[in-house]
Amino acid sequence: MSRLLVCPPDFFGIEYEINPWMRLSNGVDHERAVRQWHQFVHVLEKDLGVILERMAPIAGLPDLVFTANAGIVVGHTAVVSRFRYSERQREEAYFEEWFRKHDYHVMTVDHELYFEGAGDLLGFPDCWFGGYRQRSDIRVFPILSERFHREIIPLELVDGRFYHLDTCFCPLSGGELLYFPAAFDPYGQTVIAERISDQLRCAVPEDEALRFACNAVCIGKHVVLPTGCPTTQDWLQQRSYATHPVQLDEFMKSGGSAKCLTLALD
Amino acid sequence: MTHYQETVVLQGHIIDSLMLAKVLDRIVMMGGTFDLEHVSIGKTREQPSSARIVIQTTSKTLLDDILNAIQPHGASIERETDCRTTPSPADGVLPDDFYATTHLPTQIRLDGQWMDVDRIEMDLAIVINAAHSIARAVPMGDVHRGDQVVVGRNGVRVIPLQRPQERDVFGFMESQVSAERPHGHVIDDIATRMRQLREHHRQGRAESQILLAGGPAIIHAGGRESLAWLIEQGYIHILFCGNALAAHDMEADLFGTSLGYGLTAGRAVPHGHEHHLRTINRIRAMGSIEAAVNSGVIKQGIMAACVRQGVPVVMSGTIRDDGPLPGVITDSIQAQSAMRALIPGVGLVLLVASTLHSIATGNLLPATIPAVCVDVNPSVPTKLADRGSFQAVGLVMDAASFLSELARRLGRTT
Repeated sequence: MSRLLVCPPDFFGIEYEINPWMRLSNGVDHERAVRQWHQFVHVLEKDLGVILERMAPIAGLPDLVFTANAGIVVGHTAVVSRFRYSERQREEAYFEEWFRKHDYHVMTVDHELYFEGAGDLLGFPDCWFGGYRQRSDIRVFPILSERFHREIIPLELVDGRFYHLDTCFCPLSGGELLYFPAAFDPYGQTVIAERISDQLRCAVPEDEALRFACNAVCIGKHVVLPTGCPTTQDWLQQRSYATHPVQLDEFMKSGGSAKCLTLALD
Repeated sequence: MTHYQETVVLQGHIIDSLMLAKVLDRIVMMGGTFDLEHVSIGKTREQPSSARIVIQTTSKTLLDDILNAIQPHGASIERETDCRTTPSPADGVLPDDFYATTHLPTQIRLDGQWMDVDRIEMDLAIVINAAHSIARAVPMGDVHRGDQVVVGRNGVRVIPLQRPQERDVFGFMESQVSAERPHGHVIDDIATRMRQLREHHRQGRAESQILLAGGPAIIHAGGRESLAWLIEQGYIHILFCGNALAAHDMEADLFGTSLGYGLTAGRAVPHGHEHHLRTINRIRAMGSIEAAVNSGVIKQGIMAACVRQGVPVVMSGTIRDDGPLPGVITDSIQAQSAMRALIPGVGLVLLVASTLHSIATGNLLPATIPAVCVDVNPSVPTKLADRGSFQAVGLVMDAASFLSELARRLGRTT
């Protein structure tokens, strides 16, 4: 049974601009955002049977809702994020507190190394991929690789709109991958092609990538993804995945979608 | 050319991720060069790999630009430290853990600044003066008690040779040792360099001297006249040899024989085996080779040419020597230091027909000085290369043919 960490969007909003999606002038319709979030967690809980852990929202921390950036959880260990931007650094203490209260062994990385959790580190059971350059520091991956005995392939993120790896790269439970090639440089594209064979790789078209088709949550053979991504849905359905499109455009105003709103706990 | 360099370390899954390739590509694309000093590759997929990369540029700005460009990809600058020194415990004794030099250009870091090590050659120690203004490569035997000697490897860096701009045989930097290779183009290239260096020498330019180290086979094989001609024409500026080359050269002048064999008839001459002894004895009686030449007793040949041209000759003795001739240095360490003293200023070295003198000379040369090793026995150039003088071009051929071919290319008509 999958367990995910989420945070209700009580205080979600655009209060600063730290990625190309955020515009203070493009305010969040709060009620709509709350409705979208509840619909999203309803799909997870009721349709997919996921167990959700809800952390308490904090006033003044509008992005706490994006729990993917809390850190990463491996077994009983949680590596807490170190955010690049001061606006989000204030979230670190709350995430850390949540992990401690829930009996995780908490690990932190050097203060000078930025690491934005499962936003930039995700992968398959045997091989992980680490996004760097936009938010996380590449030097954090060798440390985590040594700690968790996993190969971590760093991938440079070259397009500011895809500022976390989970905005353009989504490993699926059957070994398949949704990704947007142009978010990576030629070296990264080559490495991805070497690791995941053609038939397992779905290069998401740009219009769907910009709707964050890759910011999907995969639970077994179910994929929860933003609405408006028909090509990606077709591809998934052809490979026997049940797709669950959810409207999350209020969160896109902040540069996040389904995957950003969750953190896998085990 | 001013040289800037920095060492960076790249760690993690850098091979399969193409991260190493990306960093190296970036260095080259931006106009730098690199030397992969050490690469350790993880034995399993989980194990990380690491690479130590020395980046070189011709300007400080370019070096900084490259470092800024590669640091986001995980390349971290190796923390530089000053070199450590320890005083020598006694005359002729180095401290434990002394840094043993290579013959490549070397720098040490002192008081936060990198400085060149003077008079570099292989297998020496580095001594720093009290003012921290001079670092010099010094042989073990020349170290004095209390000299500050560099120990360990921190704060010492060796600069790989830049590929020379000349596209001649020396540009390849590899010892071509094969009797089957054509020799013509190699000798052409040597002649071109010698012509150029003679011109530079006449203009008083630095590192323009040509040094020849040779064995007595030059005389036996019939290369005496060609070598004497090269000296007289100003193509050889320093000669290293032993007792034998000088003795047989003068034997040829006095008796027309070399080790008793008539040089023209090619036959053993009655009592010819005594000729070299009688030659040595006569020169000893006169006090010096210079006196023998200046008084007209020795008229022609290699020694006569050297005296007339003012070419310094270092004759190093060996355990089987007869006599020896006056001027032969019988203490090996003294001979070594007399040879060493003449190396600064040398721009080309010809090592001809002598295992002993070729290797002894090769040991004293910085890697920046091109050398040619000529011997009928391929094992000589091979031995030289095996002892680290990788810059020496090997030529498997007879000394006389080499010298006469070389002299012909430089204008000798007879």
